[in-house]
Amino acid sequence: MFDRRLIENFDWGLVGLTVLLGSMGLVILYSAETAGASAAHQILFWRQVIWFCIGLTVLIIACLFSYKNLNRWGFEIYLLSIILLICVLMFGKLVAGSRRWLLIGPLTIQPSELVKIAVVVILAQYYSKRAKIHGFSIRELLTPMATVIIPCVLIFKQPDLGTAMVIVLIAASVTAYVKIEKRSLFLITGACGLIAVLGWFFLLKEYQQQRILTFLDPDRDPFGAGYHIIQSKIAIGSGMIFGKGFLKGTQNILSFLPEQHTDFILSVLAEEWGFLGTIFVLFIYLLIIAWGLNTAHRCRDPFGKILAVGITAMIFCQVFVNAGMVMGLMPVVGVPLPLISYGGSSVVTTLLGIGFLLNIGMRKYIID
Amino acid sequence: MKQYLHAANTDWYNQRLAGLMLWVLVAFAVLIIRLFYLQVIEGREFRRLSENNCIRLQSVPPQRGLIYDRNRKLLVDNRPSFDLSIIPKDAHPIKQTLNKLAHLTGIPLKTFETKVSGKKGILAYKSVLLKKDIGRDMLAVIEVHKFDLPGVTVDIRPLRHYITGHCASHLLGYLSEINAEELKNEQYKGYRPGDFIGKFGIEKKYEKALRGERGGRQVEVNVTGQVVRILKTVGAIPGDNIVLTIDEILQKKAENLLKDKAGSVVAMIPATGEILVFASSPSFNQNAFVSGMTHKQWNALVSNPLRPMENKTIQAEYPPASVYKIITAIAGLEEGIIDKNTKVKCQGYYKYGNRNPRCWKKYGHGTVNLVDALAQSCDVFFYQTGHKLGVDKMAEYAKACGLGKHTGINLDHEAQGLVPTKEWKEKRFKSQWLGGETLSVSIGQGSNLVTPLQMLSLISAVANNGTIVKPQVVKSIETIERIVLEKSKIETSKKLPVSAENLELIKKGLWKVVNARKGTAWNIRAKGIDVSGKTGTAQVVSSRQDEDEDEENIPLKLKPHAWFVAYAPTSKPEIAIAVIVEHGGHGSRSAAPIAADIIKTYLAGKESPDKK
Repeated sequence: MFDRRLIENFDWGLVGLTVLLGSMGLVILYSAETAGASAAHQILFWRQVIWFCIGLTVLIIACLFSYKNLNRWGFEIYLLSIILLICVLMFGKLVAGSRRWLLIGPLTIQPSELVKIAVVVILAQYYSKRAKIHGFSIRELLTPMATVIIPCVLIFKQPDLGTAMVIVLIAASVTAYVKIEKRSLFLITGACGLIAVLGWFFLLKEYQQQRILTFLDPDRDPFGAGYHIIQSKIAIGSGMIFGKGFLKGTQNILSFLPEQHTDFILSVLAEEWGFLGTIFVLFIYLLIIAWGLNTAHRCRDPFGKILAVGITAMIFCQVFVNAGMVMGLMPVVGVPLPLISYGGSSVVTTLLGIGFLLNIGMRKYIID
Repeated sequence: MKQYLHAANTDWYNQRLAGLMLWVLVAFAVLIIRLFYLQVIEGREFRRLSENNCIRLQSVPPQRGLIYDRNRKLLVDNRPSFDLSIIPKDAHPIKQTLNKLAHLTGIPLKTFETKVSGKKGILAYKSVLLKKDIGRDMLAVIEVHKFDLPGVTVDIRPLRHYITGHCASHLLGYLSEINAEELKNEQYKGYRPGDFIGKFGIEKKYEKALRGERGGRQVEVNVTGQVVRILKTVGAIPGDNIVLTIDEILQKKAENLLKDKAGSVVAMIPATGEILVFASSPSFNQNAFVSGMTHKQWNALVSNPLRPMENKTIQAEYPPASVYKIITAIAGLEEGIIDKNTKVKCQGYYKYGNRNPRCWKKYGHGTVNLVDALAQSCDVFFYQTGHKLGVDKMAEYAKACGLGKHTGINLDHEAQGLVPTKEWKEKRFKSQWLGGETLSVSIGQGSNLVTPLQMLSLISAVANNGTIVKPQVVKSIETIERIVLEKSKIETSKKLPVSAENLELIKKGLWKVVNARKGTAWNIRAKGIDVSGKTGTAQVVSSRQDEDEDEENIPLKLKPHAWFVAYAPTSKPEIAIAVIVEHGGHGSRSAAPIAADIIKTYLAGKESPDKK
């Protein structure tokens, strides 16, 4: 039986924000790609348009069935994503020294993106059954830890440090939401700190320490990451308050920016649209995140609440890490800016996640 | 019941959401503050930087490690090379700038134009190398006219410098530009086109230690491409220095003695295995490789019949000739076939079927014992010994003495030599071993092949009372502050297969080679220096010559190779040496005097400690 309340509760505001952000992303991508090159080069732009359409279809499909089915199928979804990750390591396409992509027919997909959703789902399934007001103890957290570590190790082997880090961050946010027992929290923090300190002095060789230091402080290596960061900072800063205007970014045009259409796209935005434009985009992200948390607030079912928080955390973590990196606040790791960076799998995953948010919002009154 | 009391309810979940939202707001505040700092507070400065696109990367090459001889005399260092480059984008108007440059340097405009052509768009920001190593005169002219030459830069690059060209070139090796093949090699990860790498000898073998680590600089340049500010520098880490075991004075002496000849002189300290001389002649000028060789120069090198590019000390294989008699003697003594009393009558030939191979001395040595047979190099004595031993027994001893395998010196391309056996011949030629061949082998002819270093290793082990010491060329590796990172260790893994008593007997023979009137190297005896040795005369064609044949009339390429191996002082050896002179005739005439000269120089130097 089709319930009329489903349509009544459909969250058009969230859809509107999503489409707005996606369109702005396409405009920036267009500029990033047009940079100095001829029009024939706009292949990536059109590809991204197609991916966005695919993503919207996925978003609609994600609303059609009740999200509670995810609770039922959580483990199977997780297992499938692990199998995909193993496939990547075995048959993945090798690009610039890492294997991250699977070729399926005409599509190139990046399973590590989908893993983000799978991990959120299985964590929501686990925590919703056991949550209590004192929070979780270490013993209870062992299972979720293992659940997160397995895909992270597989992704780390590709190697894709950025995605592995983001998954850990997402999992940590969800876990923080369902609360960790005070004692356990201290223990975990203490143990991590101790392992880090001991490992630093006794396990790591000097060159490994150097590598970590360079990772934390890119300025130590003015040729690799440090060069990217200074160019990125120049691009952002030179945008000033009002920006240089659409297609007018010079850092962008001269291809001084690395990966300008993927991970560093925010610097193109900041250069061409200035402080005001960037603030506007950040504000839309903030609205979407608030929307996601509000969805969690209105939902009455613990699984739905945790799922909504997880998906919101997924968007938030990527925005924060990506923006922080491009502005030189954080180490340089490959993390895309949701809905704006070029990349089909990232767009589809984000839209799938937003689809689930809509799904949860639609069914807030339905208790079965 | 209790469980339900503590179970989380909707209110609890909603409370925690507020906490999350707070974190999100803090995070966004951080991003916005940062953005404000970059775009509003620092915006003007960044705008200026972006308008000139004036941040450039400069590579700072590391100083390559120096190479010293054992007395810390500098053998290899680096000198500055001034490279003329241009950044087309900064050199506006480019035509005029190039014209001026051609006028000032005297280099045809055309060569510049071909190098710069096609460097447009993004490529115009990249520096284009116009001429390497321009020399100080040209440098001065360009520095004076610097302001008329926008976009023109002179980069200083350290260039390898072999202080005495030709000196120890086979040991030191040389540097040259990395090629496309090597760039793909995992071993050269992090290297870039245009980098220089060691291609031969120590330079290649110790590339990793010598190289150091590249540094870098981010600089801000002005409109004409001149550096106005250094934003960030990561210093290059200089490579480690290498102290070799060779002695430059002896090395040069040996090279002088080998001048215009093909051959090798190699000497070491018997007790430690430290190589003192490592000369292969003719040698080549390593500096020519560094500055880049023309096709003609290269062709001249590789087509030279004396094979200057061959490291004869470890790569060339020769018949050991009579030096091999040391091994035949060891085998004979240890197998009980001969002893100190064995006497053989030499009539100038050995009765063997109807072949009757001859001794080098036409009318024979008369009756000789082992010691005299060694001293006078009587072939008949060793024909008989070898005949009784058989080829495989001799091969067993030869291998135990280190022949037919690498000495283990830490250099590339060491040859193994060859120790023939019956099995080897069947495999190689699919034919049976002939008895006559055994006789050839017993005096070091036939299919026997050795490298000069293997011969040195053998004579050094004899001097060292039977202990075989692995030859070493590197004494230590140290940092630029002289902190020792690696020190050579004496490696004594094997012993000659001979008892002390029997070795004494052989040593007595070797002493008599130089110190008895009938000894084959009696001509090199010298007052105050007690040398023991063994001559060898390696046939290059199958016919044997007699000593009284007129050597001068034989065409050079048919002349035998001359061997001499020796050690001194006999009682407490401080130096062992092996010398081969290709087509040098008799060992006693051309090889032995070289060895004697080197020994004399070395021992004299050791006596007066204030030499330098």
